[in-house]
Amino acid sequence: MLDVSVSYNRYKFLGYEYLTWLWFVVETDQDRITNLEQGSVSMEIGNRMVLEKKKKDARETITIKGDDAGLEEGMLALRKGALVAEINILLKANDQQWRFTVKAESLHFVGFKVPPTGPVKSEEDLEGAVLEKAYLYDRAMQWMDKLYKQFITLRVSEDWPNKVVPLVRQWMHS
Amino acid sequence: MGLLSSSVSITRYRVEGKLKAPILEAVADCLKENAIPQIDGDVSDKTVGWTSFDTPFAPNFEGSSFVIGTYFVFSLRIDKRIIPSKVLKKHCAIEAAKRLAESGRPYLSREEKNMILDHVRNVLTLRIPATPYLYDLIWSYEDGSLWFFSTQKSANEDLETLFLRSFRLSLIRLFPYTSADLMMGLSDQQRDLLPKLSATEFLD
Repeated sequence: MLDVSVSYNRYKFLGYEYLTWLWFVVETDQDRITNLEQGSVSMEIGNRMVLEKKKKDARETITIKGDDAGLEEGMLALRKGALVAEINILLKANDQQWRFTVKAESLHFVGFKVPPTGPVKSEEDLEGAVLEKAYLYDRAMQWMDKLYKQFITLRVSEDWPNKVVPLVRQWMHS
Repeated sequence: MGLLSSSVSITRYRVEGKLKAPILEAVADCLKENAIPQIDGDVSDKTVGWTSFDTPFAPNFEGSSFVIGTYFVFSLRIDKRIIPSKVLKKHCAIEAAKRLAESGRPYLSREEKNMILDHVRNVLTLRIPATPYLYDLIWSYEDGSLWFFSTQKSANEDLETLFLRSFRLSLIRLFPYTSADLMMGLSDQQRDLLPKLSATEFLD
């Protein structure tokens, strides 16, 4: 395996491409998300998105935030060569809701909120609460892993340049 | 940021390697050996160690106190003594004025000023209590995965160093490349293609 710091820097573009693809999937292919777990999952873009355009050593950043913010500026930035650097995601399954921001460079989950859990009043409650929280974090991360697996499988295949990239370009200009 | 907080940040790791059986005893011993020490008696400005998730100011790793379900749950504690720069500056000025008055000279040499700075820093470090910073983690031993509830660079670096020192196991941070290479179940052929990838040009 490559040295960790080398692979972090050299291949960080994979994270940017993944989040850009994820936005494309949310907008054009909800079936892919619904099928993450027996047809019950839905995904929306949340209240924050950061896009970055890199040109040689210069970096341009566009931040869109707010519950009612439109993503037109984001789309415009994509057309000018930017990619998604951070994306806030709202995941829903049955009556439950998860919200978090994923960072392209590190795949860190930040501001991670899971469905409400019971109050902790005793030591037994504490163990139960930890297990419940762990289950809820794991559930959302597993969905995100499934999507990342789909992305990376496409990314190393001939379908990426031949099918996916033309579709993303078409979506960006639609 | 605690794992039970309403909003958390998570860095994910893969744990490389296995401990010698019996596992529970091995983990408990490593945690005890590297538990956070009390630093109130010395002049260390930073101390890093493990502590209990439920009693972070009284570490206890007896029995299976760190086991919840199939997880090992404990916390990284970093105690830091931070002297505000203005306080340091004030006390250095007071000490310098005192030395000048005692010696009757109009100025102090650079060496004397450095000695005053070191002296004042040591005195203040003893007087200022250490501030504890707590970072929870969940280690799924069987899966070889670990969630660290912080994305702060320095806290993650301290975790990686202490984890290796304590358990003799490496933590591999999961970012786009390592996730793809190690966690996505790609075939050998697909993994061989990963290092050959270059950035996609989405513009026509």
